Amino acid sequence: MTKNFKGIAASNGVAIAKAYLLVDPDLSFEKTTITNVAAEQARVDDALKASSNDVQLIKAKATENLGAAEAEVFEAHLMVLADPEMSGAIKQKIEDDKINAEQAVKEVTDMYISMFDAMTDNEYMQERAADIRDVTKRILSHLLQVSLPNPALINEEVVLVSKDLTPSDTAQLDRQFVKGILTDLGGRTAHASIMARTLEIPAVVGSDQATSEVSNGDIVIVDGLTGDVVVNPDADTLATYQKKSADFLAQRAEWAKLKDEKSVSADGKEFIVGANIGAPKDMQAVLDNGSEGVGLYRTEFLYMESDHLPTEDEQFDAYKAVVEKMGEKPVTVRTMDIGGDKHLDYWKLPEEENPFLGYRAIRISLDQTDIFRTQLRALIRASAFGNLWIMFPMIATLAEFRAAKKIYLEERAKLEKAGTTIGEIKLGIMIEIPAAAVLADKFAKEVDFFSIGTNDLIGYTMAADRGNDRVAYLYQPYNPSILRLINTVIAAAHKEGKFVAMCGEMAGDPVAVPLLVGMGLDEFSMSAPSVLQTRSLMKKLDTAEMKVLAEKALDAETNDEVIQLVVDATK
Amino acid sequence: MAQSKDFHIIAETGIHARPATLLVQAASKFASDVTLSYQGKDVNLKSIMGVMSLGVGQGADVTIKAEGSDEEAAMTTIAEAMATEGLAE
Repeated sequence: MTKNFKGIAASNGVAIAKAYLLVDPDLSFEKTTITNVAAEQARVDDALKASSNDVQLIKAKATENLGAAEAEVFEAHLMVLADPEMSGAIKQKIEDDKINAEQAVKEVTDMYISMFDAMTDNEYMQERAADIRDVTKRILSHLLQVSLPNPALINEEVVLVSKDLTPSDTAQLDRQFVKGILTDLGGRTAHASIMARTLEIPAVVGSDQATSEVSNGDIVIVDGLTGDVVVNPDADTLATYQKKSADFLAQRAEWAKLKDEKSVSADGKEFIVGANIGAPKDMQAVLDNGSEGVGLYRTEFLYMESDHLPTEDEQFDAYKAVVEKMGEKPVTVRTMDIGGDKHLDYWKLPEEENPFLGYRAIRISLDQTDIFRTQLRALIRASAFGNLWIMFPMIATLAEFRAAKKIYLEERAKLEKAGTTIGEIKLGIMIEIPAAAVLADKFAKEVDFFSIGTNDLIGYTMAADRGNDRVAYLYQPYNPSILRLINTVIAAAHKEGKFVAMCGEMAGDPVAVPLLVGMGLDEFSMSAPSVLQTRSLMKKLDTAEMKVLAEKALDAETNDEVIQLVVDATK
Repeated sequence: MAQSKDFHIIAETGIHARPATLLVQAASKFASDVTLSYQGKDVNLKSIMGVMSLGVGQGADVTIKAEGSDEEAAMTTIAEAMATEGLAE
């Protein structure tokens, strides 16, 4: 029977394939009394062997996809499965208590799990308890002859259906076979969504009912452009979506041809279309999509993915790797933006009522200058290997910029004295606090560049958290109030001959791009998969026409009115 | 004649994680029975869960015994693994 429902469109494209449910099966069983001890013990041996075979395969797949270090956890699983004491204890229980293998496995593994769980002062042991739980599920699945989902072992084209996807789930995915992703939970910015966009897998998230409405083997259509989901479609619907899928792929292939081209408008004005990254590992997508720069390198991930404050050399290595890959193309590195919703386990910041309006980013850097100096030194050293720009986040006042610049100049002077080679560094600020946007003319005299961070700028201007469903309607990127702030910043920079970039989601938004071209924005930086689409759009835009459009939009009254203006002007 | 040797654990993590895995892998290569003794408890050194359940930390003194057809080779290999991994002295 055909079913339709809707979720949140999270990654572009249309997928049509068999459903593969990544949901734990029912592993319940009854305790029974057995008579044939040897036969029951043989079932244990068979289940252990089959489990080992699974884990070997998963381990090989994980090594291939993630590297040996990430796959090491599976080595631990294999050792548990091969543990002679554990299998001995299970068999002994079968013999002594005349119970079925399932019950014996459960009793013995429960004993180990509670032993390791009890070691509360030892995080490592508690993780091993999680390993044993994982392994136990696998052994029971073989005893009960139900199949456990193994995303690593998928070998046909599927749409993956799950409640949510964890980073370790997505890491095991094979792009060759996983054609689409459909989840119950999550939003556009959830981990699963970001991964899906990076891997260019169509995805619909937050559908609430995917795992309850879809069964293994159902044919599922996932429309990542609209959020529509169709289960077991009729022939007509199937044909419609097959065409839509093909059209999208053709469109993407068309975009791909622009990979090595410059970003120019129809009348020949050049722009920079760059990509945002969080780590050196994101560089492959940046290069694959023909980005003309890295408009935002979010360095806080270096801090978040570490278990200690990253040292100067660790940071230097990361920054160097990125600027080297880009060669002459500019890389804008934002200094640490911890605080707000980003926390570190090893460096506790004070609990605050209102963290987004609190102690974060440059406010921390200017207070705990040792940490800031370490980062600046690593950046200054890395500048010799490419075209590196430094950007300070969350600047509200000129005094903050001047203080940050002073520290930068001090560290630079020390390194120069020590004979370090230093590249031509540009120093700029992120415009995300309305106060800085309003005073952009004054800032423009002192900075080398601005980069407008639209996500926070919109949030702070509208005083609304877009993650809060009740007020999400206030997240209005095209509201003339926001457009006027952006226009003020661009005009102020250009008056002083300075460069203006934008690094929020708006920079890659097809409605915003015509307006920003009209306002004369210099650099557009976005998630890598949007780069070519934006370049393709720019080719169709005439800057003089877009200037007229932008003027109309700046004089409009509402967000919706602006959308209508853009739609009318670009159709 | 069974082999027996005392070790003083110097590794910061004790016998956890990777070191435990390496010792179990080393012991499992041999036919002999290999036991690890710590604070009056003996466990099979071929059992990862047994080894980990002892919770051997830095500064601990442990004894390893090997008994069987290849006991000498087993003890040599285990002592080497202890040394190369900087686990014990």
